[in-house]
Amino acid sequence: MTRKVPRQAAPAPPRPRLGPHARAGWTPWLYLAPALVVLGGLLVYPVYQLGLISFLEYTQAQVSGGEPTSFRGLANYTELFADDQFWQVLLATVGFAAACVVCTLAVGCALAVLLTRVRAVPRFALMLAALGAWATPAVTGSTVWLFLFDPDFGPVDRLLGLGDFSWTYGRYSAFFLVLLEVVWCSFPFVMVTVYAGIRAVPGEVLEAAALDGASQWRIWRSVLTPMLRPILVIVTVQSVIWDFKVFTQIYVMTGGGGIAGQNLVLNVYAYQKAFASSQYSLGSAIGVVTLLILLAVTLGYLRLLRRQGEEL
Amino acid sequence: MTAPRGWVRRPWRLAAEATALLVAAVVAFPLYWMLLGAVKPAGEIESTEPRPWTSSPSLDSFRRVFEQQAFGRYFVNSLVVALSVVAASALIAFLAATAVTRFRFRFRTTVLIMFLVAQMVPVEALTIPMFFLMRDFGLLNTLGSLILPHIAFSLPFAIWMLRGFVKAVPESLEEAAYLDGASRARFLWQILLPLVLPGLVATSVFSFISAWNDFLFAKSFIISDTSQSTLPMALLVFYKPDEPDWGGVMAASTVMTVPVLLFFVLVQRRLVSGLGGAVKD
Repeated sequence: MTRKVPRQAAPAPPRPRLGPHARAGWTPWLYLAPALVVLGGLLVYPVYQLGLISFLEYTQAQVSGGEPTSFRGLANYTELFADDQFWQVLLATVGFAAACVVCTLAVGCALAVLLTRVRAVPRFALMLAALGAWATPAVTGSTVWLFLFDPDFGPVDRLLGLGDFSWTYGRYSAFFLVLLEVVWCSFPFVMVTVYAGIRAVPGEVLEAAALDGASQWRIWRSVLTPMLRPILVIVTVQSVIWDFKVFTQIYVMTGGGGIAGQNLVLNVYAYQKAFASSQYSLGSAIGVVTLLILLAVTLGYLRLLRRQGEEL
Repeated sequence: MTAPRGWVRRPWRLAAEATALLVAAVVAFPLYWMLLGAVKPAGEIESTEPRPWTSSPSLDSFRRVFEQQAFGRYFVNSLVVALSVVAASALIAFLAATAVTRFRFRFRTTVLIMFLVAQMVPVEALTIPMFFLMRDFGLLNTLGSLILPHIAFSLPFAIWMLRGFVKAVPESLEEAAYLDGASRARFLWQILLPLVLPGLVATSVFSFISAWNDFLFAKSFIISDTSQSTLPMALLVFYKPDEPDWGGVMAASTVMTVPVLLFFVLVQRRLVSGLGGAVKD
């Protein structure tokens, strides 16, 4: 940015005023300005506010202006951490997200490999079906899966001969149903991305490996997997982030967190605390916990990127 | 990838193809069931022996959806929100992606890492402060309260994804443009923009979907003025946990899903190559 050139210095070698390597000056900041303004006002500031509210006494009385807001320090957090339900919800969130990530990645990668093994027509059919699942909005996906598994009118219970078994009644069957829907709508991203990655591997590399006598398995383990590593890291991190903050599916499919809150995950829990029982400061504290967990995941991702020596 | 070694490999390929078709059928089945549920007459839906076909399709459910609820209006609301978000975030992201790929400047890496971190921020956790922010702006119960947050939330990913496309435009082209006397603005809008258009399309898919699908903000910010509702909330009117109107829910779901499906199918080629470009980079 600084363009201080000593007066007496020899004239700099002539350089084009414009061009990819031109002295940037203020232009990049001009281009960045709209993005920085929007992100500053609608992302950074709310994050700051979230942190702030989590340290305040902030309930309906303060929102309507009936009582002044007062600083509570860490009291909201101590209240939250002393609550057994919070730990139960946290555990459920981590377990549920982990199960979703593992299933999504397994299904997505397996189908990506399958796609490379088939001719155009089956590939097109699978691609089209996957795009359909991908495009389906979370709300409609949730209601459709509920309908499929409806105890009275759904086809699944008939097909499996389960009578009028209610999937949303039990804690684990409800989580399982939501997991199915989440995997259904999120495996296509993994499948398409990994498939694009496999296709981008140059054919010569594989031919060379085959000529050197490598078996199919060996090619997978020693050639493709290392080449696909950056892509696998991206889809894993994305899946972790998406599945950790699932809201709509849980909210719609379990009716706001299940019977007696048995299917709550952190996001739904925060929403219920804030908007159903007006405990905005507790809800914000939960939000801060979610934020910190995902920040840790992101920092781990950045370290991985740096170790791979990728240039930003 | 590898050449099939004679006919011994054929059975394996046939098995793989059969599996692919079977999986495709299973994956597509919920969507088929949604369409079927939307056109089944009421008597067939409320049947304990559901059949995977219908002998007398009817549009009753659609009629109910559009008459009982101002569904047309909600559809337009959703469309306004999604298209505004797409247009604004594409423009802003294009400028930002150009800045971070075609210039070298101090804090460039810092800015990039900030975008990456911003992308990871769980927007759902920001509902509470966002609610108060929108209230202070006087935007609660307006479509603006859905548009503004979604622009912010789709930006980091859009920038991150566009980066690869902008980078792929060769520098020699830029040099040639300047040598021919083009200004920076001219290069930006008349040369670079058309070249990265496929990338913009791929990016728009994500912004469109996140805005179109949004349920949490619609539920939290459109609290009393139902004329400003978007489709997700309107759909749930038909879904009452005790006695859901499945025909209505399926018809409403169809109305909400079909535009996105069309959009996806239209851009799918660009989407796949777009993702390839973004991840390869």
